[in-house]
Amino acid sequence: MKTDKAPSKNKTLVTKLLFAVVGMFAFGFALVPLYDVICDITGLNGKTNNLAVQAEAGEIVDETREITVQFIARENADMDWGFVPSATQVKVKAGEVNMISYKVTNSSDRVMVGQAIPSVAPSAAAGHLNKVECFCFEEQILQPGESADMPLRFFVDPALPADIGKLTLSYTLYDITEKSSKLKALAAR
Amino acid sequence: MSAAHDHHHGPAKGISRWLFTTNHKDIGSMYLWFSFAMFLLGGTFALVIRAELFQPGLQFVDPLFFNQMTTMHGLIMVFGAVMPAFVGMANWMIPLMIGAPDMALPRMNNWSFWILPFAFAMMVSTLFMEGGGPNFGWTFYAPLSTTYGPPSTTFFIFAVHILGASSIMGAINVIATILNMRAPGMTLMKMPLFVWTWLITAYLLIAVMPVLAGVVTMMLFDIHFGTAFFDAAGGGDPVLFQHLFWFFGHPEVYIMILPAFGIVSAIIPTFARKRLFGYDSMVYATASIAFLSFIVWAHHMFTVGMPLAGQLFFMYATMLIAVPTGVKVFNWVATMFRGSMTFETPMLFAIAFVVLFTIGGFTGVMLAITPVDFQYHDTYFVVAHFHYVLVPGAVFSLMAATYYWLPKWTGYMYDENLGKLHFWLSFVGVNLLFFPQHFLGLAGMPRRIPDYALQFADFNWISSVGGFLFGFSQLILLFVVIKCIRGGKKATAQVWEGAQGLEWTVASPAPYHTFETPPDPALIKAQ
Repeated sequence: MKTDKAPSKNKTLVTKLLFAVVGMFAFGFALVPLYDVICDITGLNGKTNNLAVQAEAGEIVDETREITVQFIARENADMDWGFVPSATQVKVKAGEVNMISYKVTNSSDRVMVGQAIPSVAPSAAAGHLNKVECFCFEEQILQPGESADMPLRFFVDPALPADIGKLTLSYTLYDITEKSSKLKALAAR
Repeated sequence: MSAAHDHHHGPAKGISRWLFTTNHKDIGSMYLWFSFAMFLLGGTFALVIRAELFQPGLQFVDPLFFNQMTTMHGLIMVFGAVMPAFVGMANWMIPLMIGAPDMALPRMNNWSFWILPFAFAMMVSTLFMEGGGPNFGWTFYAPLSTTYGPPSTTFFIFAVHILGASSIMGAINVIATILNMRAPGMTLMKMPLFVWTWLITAYLLIAVMPVLAGVVTMMLFDIHFGTAFFDAAGGGDPVLFQHLFWFFGHPEVYIMILPAFGIVSAIIPTFARKRLFGYDSMVYATASIAFLSFIVWAHHMFTVGMPLAGQLFFMYATMLIAVPTGVKVFNWVATMFRGSMTFETPMLFAIAFVVLFTIGGFTGVMLAITPVDFQYHDTYFVVAHFHYVLVPGAVFSLMAATYYWLPKWTGYMYDENLGKLHFWLSFVGVNLLFFPQHFLGLAGMPRRIPDYALQFADFNWISSVGGFLFGFSQLILLFVVIKCIRGGKKATAQVWEGAQGLEWTVASPAPYHTFETPPDPALIKAQ
């Protein structure tokens, strides 16, 4: 009685469970973009918006509010470009567009490609640091011995939570010579 | 072994019996032997660690090898010893407990066991490869395991894929067996708690093992195919790895403890000669723990930098787990209260489980407190915490189960004196081993480091002595099991005076085929 019924019952159940397995495998991958979205919304991990913000004329500047912005430049393991900001700390008015630059020199004897990755602390401030122009938006190619001043134009959104008076923008510079699409395009030419 | 069953087809002869078997008892036995072998191997690795930490300074192994030992110890114990041992218990006992003739999918059962030795052969072989085996801790955080991992990491990834597939197949089999194969009259709320906890565990496995497979697949792509899931330089995020890993990892720790709850809930009523107190609440508590396990993962990574709201959420959610766990502990205590208790070896292990697991649970609540965790993170306090829940927790429950069901498996009573000796040496050893590690952690000794500052020396040698005592005591278990298989006092079908459940209605040893006709529904009582 049971023998003719059980296999088909098993078949439907196993099919359902296999769908669950495949679904959870896919869900694991879906978590990757989901995580980025959550980071964008919450500023988790100090991730900043990686797109240039248009500084509109007549942007509201709050003259009464002064915010200290500190700059940190770090180089990842095999990077040796002497990456330093032109100032370690500036005081800015909320909403006012400011400019700073980072100096790099490729002291090696090969063409190198660098990519800077930003991070803001405290993370609650990450969404309020807007970049009008940033070297971090693209890969940097330096010939052997070449130096460059890499510009950063930014403003701090006046909507920054009132309890934050100081924020730190940190850049880590990575050597992506081997992975660079730009360099490959150059080599192909 | 039993000529009486030759009229029916008994086990095949020789090696083919084990290679091609679809019998749940054979497969259960193979799982148990395999996990015991892995337990000894992982234990040997642990003894290398404890030998190195016996004194400050570098004595026996170089730091790179030490790192491989901590990593392989964790991987082997989690995936090779504890998980397969519970699957072995499930294979042996679930059909007997629900009155089913076998597992629902016997051929897949054979396959899910036999791919395991290959997975672990591959994983252990990495130790002999150039650059050594995995050395990044069992949590294999990126980029340590991707950018900076040894070349053998690819073998590690495939080993995880295979053992993950094995676990998923095992889980599907358990669910299909429990949902489709119960004897008439065996309603869900009459099932023994071991069956209930395994049903919930199997769902946890199906939910999170695929995520683990996804994580290692992403690692594989990052290492070989130029993607940047976890590589900040390419726009990825190493912290994402930790979120994904612990989304798997936290339910995983309940996968290793829920079946233990089921085992203890079977043993304590037997030797207290009372019904289990609060059966329904046990079922609901198990389900609650399983649900909560999905929303607490980030408590493993408070120090990565999280918004305050996130830290508060994960802290409170984690503390909430203490409620259903407390329900269970109180139920076990209430079951023993005014019972006619006797203290045979399974009961000793079960009581030690309740006491020592609760200590591990309390240190878990301490670690859940976010600001406190900032101090304890990555210290020996964490090591002490999770070893208290895993060794005198999960492993003691497995030993309790082994002694409890051994007469049913072999048909003979084990040597009670040797069993008690094994228990007391293990009990003293495990506490000497792990209790001082709490103090080491509070004093600031970091985990996974082969050397330490001089002020940690005393507690470390105590811990190492305990480690060797505990480790070598396990050979007594091996001896007891072999002795019991070879003979001894004949076991009755009932075995234990107070034992309840269908598995005690079949002969001892359990015949090769059982419940080919469903058991009498009158035998199925409410728990």
